[in-house]
Amino acid sequence: MPRLNINGKNYDVDAEPEIPLLWAIRELVGLTGTKYGCGIAQCGACTVHVNGVATRSCSFPVSAAAGKNITTIEGLAPNGTLTKVQKAWLEHDVPQCGFCQSGMIMAVSALLKTKPKPTDADIDAAITNICRCGTFQQVRAAIHAAANA
Amino acid sequence: MNYVPKINRRSFVAGTAAVGGGLALGLDFLPSGPKVVRAADGSPEIGVWVVIRPDDVVVVRVARSEMGQGSLTGLAQLVAEELECDWSKVTTEYPTPGQSLARKRAWGDFSTGGSRGIRESHQYVREGGAAARMMLIQAAADMWKVPAAEVTAAKSVLTHAKSSRKTTYGKVAEAAAKLEVPKNVALKDPKDWKIAGKPLKRLDTAEKVNGKMIYGMDVKLPGMLNAAVKASPVHGGKVKSFDAAKVANMKGVVKVVQVADNAVAVIADTWWHAKSALDDLKIEWDPGEGGKVSSATIADILKEGLTAEKAFIGNQNGDIKAAIAGAAKKVEAVYAYPYQNHACMEPMNATVLWTPDKCEVWTGTQNGEAAFAATIAASGLPANKCDVHKIMLGGGFGRRGRADYVAQAVLIAKQMPGTPIKMIWSREEDMAQGSFHPITQCKMVGTFDDKNNLTGLHMRISGQSILAGIAPQRLNPDGSDGATFQGLNPNGETAFGYTVPNLLIDHAMRNTHVTPGFWRGVNVNHNAIYLETFMDELAAAAGQDPLEFRRKLMANHPKHLGVLNAVADRIGWKKPAPKGVYRGLSQMMAFGSYVAGAAEVSVTGNKIKIHRIVAATDPGHAVNPAQIERQVAGSFVYGLSALFYGECTVKNGAIEQTNFHDYNSLRIAEMPKVEAIVMPSGGFWGGVGEPTILVAAPAVLNAYAAATGKRVRSFPLKNHNLAMA
Ligand code: FES
Ligand code: FES
Repeated sequence: MPRLNINGKNYDVDAEPEIPLLWAIRELVGLTGTKYGCGIAQCGACTVHVNGVATRSCSFPVSAAAGKNITTIEGLAPNGTLTKVQKAWLEHDVPQCGFCQSGMIMAVSALLKTKPKPTDADIDAAITNICRCGTFQQVRAAIHAAANA
Repeated sequence: MNYVPKINRRSFVAGTAAVGGGLALGLDFLPSGPKVVRAADGSPEIGVWVVIRPDDVVVVRVARSEMGQGSLTGLAQLVAEELECDWSKVTTEYPTPGQSLARKRAWGDFSTGGSRGIRESHQYVREGGAAARMMLIQAAADMWKVPAAEVTAAKSVLTHAKSSRKTTYGKVAEAAAKLEVPKNVALKDPKDWKIAGKPLKRLDTAEKVNGKMIYGMDVKLPGMLNAAVKASPVHGGKVKSFDAAKVANMKGVVKVVQVADNAVAVIADTWWHAKSALDDLKIEWDPGEGGKVSSATIADILKEGLTAEKAFIGNQNGDIKAAIAGAAKKVEAVYAYPYQNHACMEPMNATVLWTPDKCEVWTGTQNGEAAFAATIAASGLPANKCDVHKIMLGGGFGRRGRADYVAQAVLIAKQMPGTPIKMIWSREEDMAQGSFHPITQCKMVGTFDDKNNLTGLHMRISGQSILAGIAPQRLNPDGSDGATFQGLNPNGETAFGYTVPNLLIDHAMRNTHVTPGFWRGVNVNHNAIYLETFMDELAAAAGQDPLEFRRKLMANHPKHLGVLNAVADRIGWKKPAPKGVYRGLSQMMAFGSYVAGAAEVSVTGNKIKIHRIVAATDPGHAVNPAQIERQVAGSFVYGLSALFYGECTVKNGAIEQTNFHDYNSLRIAEMPKVEAIVMPSGGFWGGVGEPTILVAAPAVLNAYAAATGKRVRSFPLKNHNLAMA
């Protein structure tokens, strides 16, 4: 039984090794903030951090996640204090339907860890999440705001 | 609105309030006078639209659905404006269609499509807010024994100035709830608005940044199982056979069931197990007649329609035949626009608990009442034993206005009485079972006299009718589909914006077995490309500037012209563009609003860089300009994704594209800078979510032609080896 460390807590999940991390998180651990959009690493809705690295959990087997530190959107602000990115998201009123936004926020949070002041080109290269509502203009503004906060 | 995800069996059985956007309603029967209706927490209703809690929190009821477009916030603004309440204490909740029916449709129409959410309910929701304010004022006046006319209301505080007394809405709510709801209420002049008309932030953002917002896919019920489903890949096909035994022993699998005559579902402990088993399940299909159809055969049928004798007329004046016969110059062009899938970020899903005497559904739907009707029909139970709890939608764009997926989930759950079943479509199923943007071709003919005046225009659209496919009861008596002429009608909310002496716009209806649907913007997506890029072709043929050419034809259409002039001014049409940058224009009216666009692009090899798009909207009244700006930019992402990448093709009757790798969507790197001009001219209520989508594609195509001299007339652009830079 793989042991997953998610948001600082250990979970022993009854999962076959090949089950995608996404479905272990959603269905076995019960955290539904991480979304399913495509299942083939195209859209980024399922992005979580695995040892700090933005990872598309729909295409990442649970066996590879065991023993690593996994952070989901629910664990981004563990004590309820929103991160700079979440605050910027609120201030810029970024989400429309919001379904892509957990993944978007996780991808952006990872980017700001490696590039605290990303240029537009850095953003273009690193943020490849799909948003069918088309919130990109607000996303870009909010990334810069978070970087400068 | 706040959905409470953690529920126990008892509260679930006891009432629906804890488990949906729904309200649990209690009734206090008073010895005389009207009864008080209470929300789940016991707070009284002040009329059907408003609940006021003792702590002054105002709960606004919203019947239309929130799918990202922001009308949940906009509708609350309208109610709050008339209510004169403290905006910082406003929250919202959804009534259920079952509750609405039980109260004689107290909340009116639930449907949320056609950019209608606000423009078709602003009157009665504002009246609801105003009536509640009057009741609160009356209650305070009664308490103080003063005339109501001496009591004023502002920011949830009631004041009697003469005696310097004050109280709050929460304190008089109980008394107000016992009063009759006034019938004749006066509404504010929009110029006096303080909450409506302002660029306020959305009410539903906090839970969208911390993962707490519950979408249909996130619903959890005690003892719930999960279902994955596959319907005939050829629409109209049927299940011939399937080998359930092969997967029955796979991990987690509980049951394999047929759903209606066209689908098979696997029910399992988790959705992943259900899907994995379904992927392994061998299903034999009878594709029916549709199995012989391909994109090429559809194209042939549409092509025939371009020159067919008979067609439905949408707009006509003068004598186009004579104009063509006597033309000094004639310009012709043929266009084609493909099928598109909505590809909502959240694939279709619904959760259902069916028992022999109750059927409850939790789902994201754009039309609670349509989902309710589908539930009643599929469940085999009477209306008073069914209900639908609306959950936040992970996108709608028109797709969730249909309730096919709700009916399917009910039919699955019915085979597991007493067990809640969450049915989720895989992305692949969502791609296969779309309600596709209709496919069309178009032949445009323009005629000139010897002085280069446009004398005639014939626009022949050949293609699929959405209404014929999914709502035949809404076809006109002659069988025509009025919606096909969006943006092209002689008048009304989608009026044609040009005056041409001899005009004929007609539609040769050519339907296929592929299910069509309302796709954000609907028929204006292709109508605007056809008309507005051809307008540029005509301007070029006449040797005239595209703006001046249009202006000459728009003298009788001042509001159309108003938005066009606004974008031309903002983009600097009269001034030269930066080196290597080219411009294009477009305009049309749709969903009651006037819209125009101006794009700046540069072209390097086969890469098109869109630097900037300016879009102007005149929606009459703008309820929330900040959200309108977001809808404009968002609609461009949707429209440009379709222009550059989007195409659903048909092979052996089935849609070939299966996921985002072959049905691509624009990313942040490709996002142009969008400048939205919101210019409400007052006096009418136009829609917002959809109209501007139509301006992006033609403006970009016209700019591309200005840059290269090349006209592209079939889409998407990837088929011409053109990409977004
Ligand atoms: S669901 Fe994982 S990338 Fe789309
Ligand atoms: S906000 Fe709806 S998909 Fe991004």
